[in-house]
Order: sequence, then structure tokens, then C-alpha cells
Amino acid sequence: MREGYESTELMYSGHLACAGCGATIAMRYALKALGDDTVIVLPACCWSIIGGPFPYAAVKVPLIHTAFETGASTASGVKAGLDMRGDTETTVAAWVGDGGTFDIGIQALSGAAERNDDIIYFCYDNEAYMNTGIQRSSATPWGTWTTTTPSNHPKGQPKKNMMEIMAAHRIPYAATCSVAFPEDMINKIKKAKSTRGTKFIHIFSPCPTGWKAPSSLAVKIARLAVHTKIFPLYEVEGGLRYHVNVNPKSLPVDEYLRLQGRFNHLSDEDIQKIQETVDREWERLLKKALDTI
Amino acid sequence: MKKIMVGNHAVSWGVMLARAEVVSAYPITPQTTIVEELSVLCADGRLKARFIPVESEHSAMACCIGSSAAGVRTFTATSSQGLALMHEMLHWATGARLPIVMANVNRALGSPFNIWGEQSDSLAQRDTGWLQIYCESNQEVLDTVLQSFKIAERVLLPVMLVLDAFILSHTAEPVDIPDHQLADEFLPPYRPDLRLNSKDPHIFACLAPPEYLMEFRYKIQQSMLQSKEVCRRVDEEFGKAFGRKYGLVEPYRCEGADLILVTAGSVTSTARVAVDALREKGRKVGLAKLRLFRPFPKEELLEITRGADKIAVLDRNFSAGIGGIFAHEIRAAFCNEKSHPPVYSYITGLGGRDTTLQNLNEVIYQTYERPRPEEQSVWVGLRS
Repeated sequence: MREGYESTELMYSGHLACAGCGATIAMRYALKALGDDTVIVLPACCWSIIGGPFPYAAVKVPLIHTAFETGASTASGVKAGLDMRGDTETTVAAWVGDGGTFDIGIQALSGAAERNDDIIYFCYDNEAYMNTGIQRSSATPWGTWTTTTPSNHPKGQPKKNMMEIMAAHRIPYAATCSVAFPEDMINKIKKAKSTRGTKFIHIFSPCPTGWKAPSSLAVKIARLAVHTKIFPLYEVEGGLRYHVNVNPKSLPVDEYLRLQGRFNHLSDEDIQKIQETVDREWERLLKKALDTI
Repeated sequence: MKKIMVGNHAVSWGVMLARAEVVSAYPITPQTTIVEELSVLCADGRLKARFIPVESEHSAMACCIGSSAAGVRTFTATSSQGLALMHEMLHWATGARLPIVMANVNRALGSPFNIWGEQSDSLAQRDTGWLQIYCESNQEVLDTVLQSFKIAERVLLPVMLVLDAFILSHTAEPVDIPDHQLADEFLPPYRPDLRLNSKDPHIFACLAPPEYLMEFRYKIQQSMLQSKEVCRRVDEEFGKAFGRKYGLVEPYRCEGADLILVTAGSVTSTARVAVDALREKGRKVGLAKLRLFRPFPKEELLEITRGADKIAVLDRNFSAGIGGIFAHEIRAAFCNEKSHPPVYSYITGLGGRDTTLQNLNEVIYQTYERPRPEEQSVWVGLRS
């Protein structure tokens, strides 16, 4: 990691996250990149709890908690309010789970992106409604067990491609990040911070509790998601220019899936189908990146 | 300066005089011309505010919550379905103690689809912790915008001012526009001590576990109760500055009245005419105009109506199963008093149907005739 980042610590210890929580690691790195001139807008999500019950706080920057579907809209208001106070430099960061982004909050997010409001919208993606007890969201991948997609009837739809949706808004900057690649994450957040307009940062955040995996494997699972090409690390500038930032080792998806109880029920055919889908999506991404060059 | 303007523009000009700093809104009939005028005022610089054209009313209120928490004077306007869509965020604004001001143009809620006047939309939000003020004229609308910001910022609760669809919103009347400098003296800039500020970090609207939530709620209740006195004082201050005041409940020809009509909103003007005509004929009819609805001005209404034999409440709204909402509230407020006049309840003018002088005369006549109120609200002017 680059010099200086390690020393900036804007999270307190003693927060309320589960052991191995990817969303907590993600916030810690994000705050290292954002610095203390930041306001966080937090809709209902795991972080509503992690952030600390009154009178405690888990972060050292100002934070406003808001309703589930309003991460983007509240952030737009905060930004306008700060601007009118003459404070045009503070970064306004919405910090939202996948349910609040892919599902209930997508309308407000689309509105803010269309207006190109000057905010960084973070989606920490743990691929289900974890705070309410592991229910499926549209970020849950095909074939996954959740408490609303039992293993004899796992999720039958693919994960929604949120990056494509954001790219279609032609926002200045969108990027995927992983808690297993902190330097890449910090670089991207720095870039987002120095860019005006709506920025979208999609962070892959393992949830050992909901993924039925040992907490000690959270970062390893996140690393495997990148190296199996399940969650490639890339960025999109202006909605059109794609760059892949980490060259994956192209490991078989099975190496990623077998570490997690949520995929225990999958047959060899299911795993083969997932492999084919991942390979196809990777080719599509590469083509866009090659077109950019 | 006097200008002829519709009620909606009176709202917009009130917001301009209040120097709101962020306006976030979504269009809905009959509120639209408020927002159109505000976007013009923002575009030509007469109002130096950030105008955020959001994609829904839900986002409008969320946006207002964000900007108000950042420490700036914040306004929005809506109607009916839009207000219902905001419902979740109305509670949120109150809980976060944000002095947002909103104009609601009363309109019926679907279904069936109807864009005309009815008070059921705002009254359905009575438990959200917003102050509610009902206006009778376009002048009162403009003046109430200025008053609302002052009240909200003193008690740290949001305020909803309410005007009738079309009868006020789209009808032009002469409106005296207060001098901008006088308005500035009446309403100084909003500069709260606590706001989202990276130099002085605080957590807003955090998770409050069972050990604390009741105390947060109790403080809201205390502030809401105190806000009645604030409303009265702000109205007095407004009167001193501009020569007009409205009171919390306005008595009209109530001296020695045996029957007092209770109204809210523009139907009050029709009721004044009905009362005048009957007084001419020697009938002792009076009128109490309910301007403040939350907090409920029980003492003021009781003081005005105590000497009467009967109260007849006109509701342009209803709650299925209970009837007229104002009547219900008045009964509830009075029930522990040793003596108060019986409350007769009438439902009229739903979905924009005109409440005529004839309707009002029928209400007054029936109230005189019936020895006791009916068990249920009486519906006036129903088609057979």
C-alpha cells in the first residue's frame, strides 16, 4: 500500500459488525482514501447497525442515517446544502448495500446519476439482504441459497449488472473494487474524489455469516472472486471507456464456490453452467476494454 | 406592493421572500405552478437557491432532509399522491428535527382518480409530527410561508402549510407582497449550531435502541406542545411587522352565538357570507376558523365555542369508519372537559365538489333542528 494511507484511521474499533465482515473492511479503506473532509449518507443497511447505536459512533466523520431507498437522494440534498453554505470541497459519500442499490434505491440512484449530482455513491455488495437475515436481492447470483431461495429452489435469475446500468447513465466514473485489493480500491476512490459529477463505486464485500463461510476466509474469497473472473476489477469512464485493472489468474469458479456453504447444493452441471456464464461475461467485458484501446 | 396572483404563486413568492436556499420538488397537479414559478425565480436569480428537480416526491423529501441537515433553509411542495408517497420521509424529517417547510395543495387521493380539492391527503399525515396550518386566502398563504419558516426553525420541527386545490391554488387574488428588507428582519438567515460539517463531526438520525427511542419521541412531543405558543408569538410578531395577523383559531361574529360553525381552509370565506346573512336575519350564528391543526389548539377553540349551544364542524375530508376528521379531533380534544357544546359533524365538498351557500345553510338549519348530533357524520349534498 502506498505510503501514508495506513496511518489515516477514521474508523473506531468496537463496531458492531460480524467477524470477517467485508463491508467493514470496505469502509475502513474507503475512509483512508476519502480523508476526514467527508460526509457519509447511510440508508438502512448492515452499516446502520455497524455504525453504532446512540450514543456511540464507529466513524470519525459526520454521518446522516436515512431511509432504505434514499441513499442517493439524501446525498444530493446534502451536497446542495453544503454548496449553499459555501462548502464545495467536502466529499459527499452515499454508503449503501446491494438491496438499497440494486433494488429499492435504484430509482433515486438513477435520478441522481441523470442529474449528475456531485456525489460518490458506494455500493458495498454482499449479494443479499444480510441485515434482515440473508434474503435474496437482485445482486444475488444465479444458483445461490438464501433464506428466500432455499437450496431445493435456489435463485433462478442471474445477478443484475449494476455497472452496466450506471454506465448507461454516462456518469463520469464507475469502478468495481474488492476488499482483497485495497491499493486498487484506494486508487479508484481517490480518482472518484477528484472527479466532479456522479461517481459509482461497486465494492465486492464478502459476508461470512450470509455466505456460510469461515470469517477467516473473507478476504481469500474476495480475492478468488477476482481471480475466477466472477467479479472482475475494472473501471468505466464517461460510461464508455472500459479499463480492466487487475489481470485475473483465470482459476476455475469451483475454487471460489466450494468455500461457501451458500453454494453447497450446486451440482457439477450447475457449476459448469456458472463457469460458462462467467467466461462469456468476461469475454464481453474484454471486448469493451479492447474497444477502448 | 400589491400583485394579482394565484395561490400557488403566493407560495413561490413567499419562498423567495424567505430566501430558501434549497428547493427540491416533483410536479403534481395542482401543485405544479408553485414549482414552475420557483424554478423561474431560481433561474433568473431573484431566489438564490439550488433547485433540485428530483424523480419522485419520495426523493424530494429525502433531498430536503439532506440539505436541511447540511444547515440550509429548505422548501418543497406537493399534493395528494405525492404527499402519500412522501409519508415515510415525513416521519424521518420530524425524527431528525429538521425545520423543513412544505406547501401541500389539498387534493383527493385516488382511487377513483381525482385531481380536485379535498383535505384527506394532509389530514392522513396528522401523526407524522409535522405542524399543519390551513390557509383561507392567497394573502394568508404568502404570509404563512414566512411564518412557517420562523416557527419551524424555532422549534426544530417541520411545518406543512395547506391550501385548497384550484379554489386557492389556481385562483387569482390581490396579494400584498411584503418588502424584502422587512421580510429579512422578520426572518433572519437560518444558521443552526448543529449541522453536517466535517470540521465538527456528528451523527444524525442514528440507530436509537429501546434504551433511548422513547426519550427522542418525548422530546418531539414536548416541542410540539411548545410550538403552539411559538405559533402564536410568531403571528404576533408578523402582525407588528406587516400589519396582518391570523391567530391560531379565528373567531368570526361569535359574540353571543348559540351555534358556531367550525371550518378550515377556503370554505371559511363562504361560511363568512352565510354567517353574515343569518346575522342580518337575527340568527345568532358564529364561525370559528381553524388555522392551526397540529398542534391542536384545543384551549383556543374551547374558549371561542364554550358559550355556544352547538358546534357544527364542516369537514372536506373523511376517515372511513369514523367520519369527518376535524369533528373527530374536536370531540377527542373536548371529551375530558366538564362542559362543552355538542359537536355536530358534516362532510361536504369531497373530490372538489363545490360547497355552496345553500349547503352551509342546510348544515346550519339541520344543526338547529336536531336536538342531538347524529351518531355518524352527516353527508351534505349527496346525489340520490
